[in-house]
Amino acid sequence: MTLASSPDLSKESEPLQPKGWLRYFSFSVDHKVIGLQYLICGFIFYLIGGALASAIRIELTSPISDFMPRDVYNQVLTLHGTIMIFLWIVPVVNGAFGNYLIPFYVGARDMAFPRLNAVAFWLIPPAGLMLISSYFITGAAESGWTAYPPLSINTPAAGQIIWILSVLLLGGSSIFGGINFIATILKLRRPGLGLMQLPMYCWAMLGTSILVVLSTPVLAGTLILLSFDIVAHTGFFNPVMGGNVIVYQHLFWFYSHPAVYIMVLPAFGLVSEILPVHCRKPLFGYTTMVYSIMAIVVLGLVVWAHHMFTSGTPPWMRLFFTIATSFIAVPTGIKFFNWVATLWGGRISLNSAILFSCGFIINFVLGGITGVALAQVPFDIHVHDTYFVVAHFHYIVYGGSVFVIFSSIYHWYPKFTGRMLNENLGRLHFLLTFVGFNLCFAPQHWLGLNGMPRRVAEYDPQFTFVNQLSSAGALLMAISTLPFLWNVFQSAFNGPIAGDNPWKALTPEWLTSSPPPVENWEGPAPLVKEPYGYGETPETLEVALDKDLELGGDEK
Amino acid sequence: MTTVAPVEEASKENISQEEVHHDHRLFGLAAFLVADGMTFAGFFAAYLTFRAVNPLLPGAIYELELPLPTLNTVLLLISSATFHRAGQALKRNETDLCRRWLLITATLGSAFLASQMVEYFTLPFGLTDNVYASTFYALTGFHGLHVTLGTLMILIVWWQTRKPNGRISSENVFPLEATELYWHFVDGIWVILFIILYLL
Amino acid sequence: MPLSSAIRSVLLGIVLVVAGLWIGQNIKLLPVDASTNAPVYDELFRVLFSIGAILFLGITGLVVFSLIKFRRKPGDTSDGIALEGNLSLEILWTAIPAIVVLFVGIYSYDIYDRMGGMLPLDHGGHNHQNMASEERIWGGISSGSIEKSGMVVNAPLPVEVTAMQFAFIFHYPKGDITSGELHVPTGQPISMRLESRDVIHAFWVPEFRLKQDVIPGQPTILSFTATKPGRYPIICAELCGPYHGGMRSAVIVDSPKAYEEWFKNNAKTPVSEL
Repeated sequence: MTLASSPDLSKESEPLQPKGWLRYFSFSVDHKVIGLQYLICGFIFYLIGGALASAIRIELTSPISDFMPRDVYNQVLTLHGTIMIFLWIVPVVNGAFGNYLIPFYVGARDMAFPRLNAVAFWLIPPAGLMLISSYFITGAAESGWTAYPPLSINTPAAGQIIWILSVLLLGGSSIFGGINFIATILKLRRPGLGLMQLPMYCWAMLGTSILVVLSTPVLAGTLILLSFDIVAHTGFFNPVMGGNVIVYQHLFWFYSHPAVYIMVLPAFGLVSEILPVHCRKPLFGYTTMVYSIMAIVVLGLVVWAHHMFTSGTPPWMRLFFTIATSFIAVPTGIKFFNWVATLWGGRISLNSAILFSCGFIINFVLGGITGVALAQVPFDIHVHDTYFVVAHFHYIVYGGSVFVIFSSIYHWYPKFTGRMLNENLGRLHFLLTFVGFNLCFAPQHWLGLNGMPRRVAEYDPQFTFVNQLSSAGALLMAISTLPFLWNVFQSAFNGPIAGDNPWKALTPEWLTSSPPPVENWEGPAPLVKEPYGYGETPETLEVALDKDLELGGDEK
Repeated sequence: MTTVAPVEEASKENISQEEVHHDHRLFGLAAFLVADGMTFAGFFAAYLTFRAVNPLLPGAIYELELPLPTLNTVLLLISSATFHRAGQALKRNETDLCRRWLLITATLGSAFLASQMVEYFTLPFGLTDNVYASTFYALTGFHGLHVTLGTLMILIVWWQTRKPNGRISSENVFPLEATELYWHFVDGIWVILFIILYLL
Repeated sequence: MPLSSAIRSVLLGIVLVVAGLWIGQNIKLLPVDASTNAPVYDELFRVLFSIGAILFLGITGLVVFSLIKFRRKPGDTSDGIALEGNLSLEILWTAIPAIVVLFVGIYSYDIYDRMGGMLPLDHGGHNHQNMASEERIWGGISSGSIEKSGMVVNAPLPVEVTAMQFAFIFHYPKGDITSGELHVPTGQPISMRLESRDVIHAFWVPEFRLKQDVIPGQPTILSFTATKPGRYPIICAELCGPYHGGMRSAVIVDSPKAYEEWFKNNAKTPVSEL
């Protein structure tokens, strides 16, 4: 492991770094370059994962398996899940925005371990390429992204082993990133900057990184045992050899449930950055937001077995995990009410960033509601492993995380490139994505309730129309990336010059040029003690309080 | 661009990061060891669950011999102490003494590995005999891998302290400190492993 | 002015609750309820749907309203109010979700109990099975409150279910019938012993609101009582290989008389000997 302290290193290696666009293909140790590397690399994988999703939706426009062979279908759904989780959302909400923003937020010139940071990124492209090429060389894994044994032991071994290897690499990358974030946030804060003065995204990343460090290694260990089962014919998870398949599920979900928070907590943090800027109001309830994040981290570690309510878990375990899971709704709810309160009484610019953020709030509330329902054992028994769960999950990770990623791109693109995006194209992108997304996934709730299991290539003909509706939504989502891509490409060259701080924001990344210099600030790092100090101190405060009470009344 | 760390800046409130310049590498390593420990925790959890819910087939219950693993525990515990001595010696700039302690530590580590091998070859069960056996080998093997890596790291540290002002010296103790932290971690894991695997 | 705004918000709240309740009670999203557990499940569903609808409409309404009401007017460069928090509000929206969640948890526990989920497992007619001590049986959900449905409680009918890639096979120890489809009478509890030959499958009958993974190496007892005659799909819900989507069967629920007929026609052992 190459661990090195930041200031020396950036000074040493700076002259060695290529200039211009070439540095994005280099082993750069600049956190901003690495952040954009994560973002662009992640987006390429998003397009691939999206193409796979389209293939699934095409297959499902008819109730019979006619678009691709059945085993290929299973490979496609496995790749879709793995790519979207491990190569798009996790690296982008953590790696991309984390690397770009965290050093700014703590007032540092780079991450704590810049070389480790570059290593963490450069593990991703080979892992992703390996995963995708397995489809062409040996046939990809076909046991779903959950890789439940004994199916994953019985299916063709080559694809499964490659899948395990690439997930191990990606897990390693994630752990290195997590260590780096924890060290940067806790140890690299500029003097005078207290923990409770950090922008909310730092807290989200601290919580996420704790989850990464605690849970990802368990997945790694589990996958190593699984690979022994496949290669060395041990019997950890192979019932024929006296193994226990449920143990795998426990270990797998010990990581993979926190993985949902690893995808969503940073998104929460990003929204908390974006809303105050465009509403021109302080973030509502900073302290409770921080405590909610930490509560989610703690609870997130003890809820995994709610994925296993139909696996024959004993009643006491079902009861415990139901209650623990339900209570995650409380800190999550606090965050949502706080965001709504941040909107309330603001001067909201209806730009693409705010639209995607509000789209996120609406989608995620629906995903959260179905989530609380799914936490109830009796409810879950009927809908477990159905399209209801597919819908719920996509409302969380697409309607939640991906909407936030887009919102963040609209928000920070001027900082990344020094140019503004086209707002009209952005609003068009939002409209297509929002309508397409809801058209695609809302009907799937009904499908699941009425008897369509997930991961099937063929289904009861009575579901044909609703599936076609869903596929039409998917088509809209696919189309929605076109205005976005066009916008991003042409604005990079022709967009209006953004200036240092086009949003008049207060967080430290805006207090430097766009794009920022190599060591972030020309002079000393600014000390921002009130990252959300927006707003005109009001005589109108009394009125505002009344309005907010009104808001509370609606919830009852 | 040049680094901003002028002296006049220090008097102001605007103290920039550069002049404080702490070394956070040990902190990073500690975080990594927490992650590594979670891997072991996963294995331990799997082992305990297998023991609790997957009864062995009749006739497949193996008694684990205690003398050799007990010896191993003692070896590792002593090696932690000797490594500590090496670290103290280096900080006092007594390089020769430090190197002697390092060599003793590496010998103890190798003795542990050799003794572990002896145990492997005398055990009445193989890797794929049953879940119990597989988990035993997975756990001890994964730990053995850590010991092997640690021993190699000690030897590298030993090699690099050969010159009085070489890469590792009282001026730069980090590599030794990092290896020491790692070694204590590996020893700690062994104690837990010994209790769970052999004594329970 | 503050008074009128308070009244307005209370009114809005009432409208919201009424709308949510109406949605939850009147929008039907579930298929036919054909087992004793299904109506109990639907009751829980309606409650969760109502609460969910209230919350969703409330928050979505607030977001959309805020976006319209507080949007920046052209030429306005002022900031919003510098309101950083409000303790009583925070307590309010910590307490309310906590109470709602607690209620939902207790209520769903009650529902689960009524479904028979917390009952000690009876081996419902499987006593003759070879249950060696090393064989572990997991209880699925039981048949629930049959008394309340006003039906005669019969002794449970044992059925052995074997799942394999890619089919279910049903074996009736009484009468030694082996069938590709499950035939059951209404009103009688069925006690199934599920076993898998290869990978994990799942036994799901949407109309019974019943699902249980069929796990290799871990036989599972699952009970239910059908109430409405008809033909319902049995679906494998756990990815089990290329033909997972095609792994379907059917449960045929007959009146006790019709079932008796079917049983007589198919039993290998003469019925009199049973």
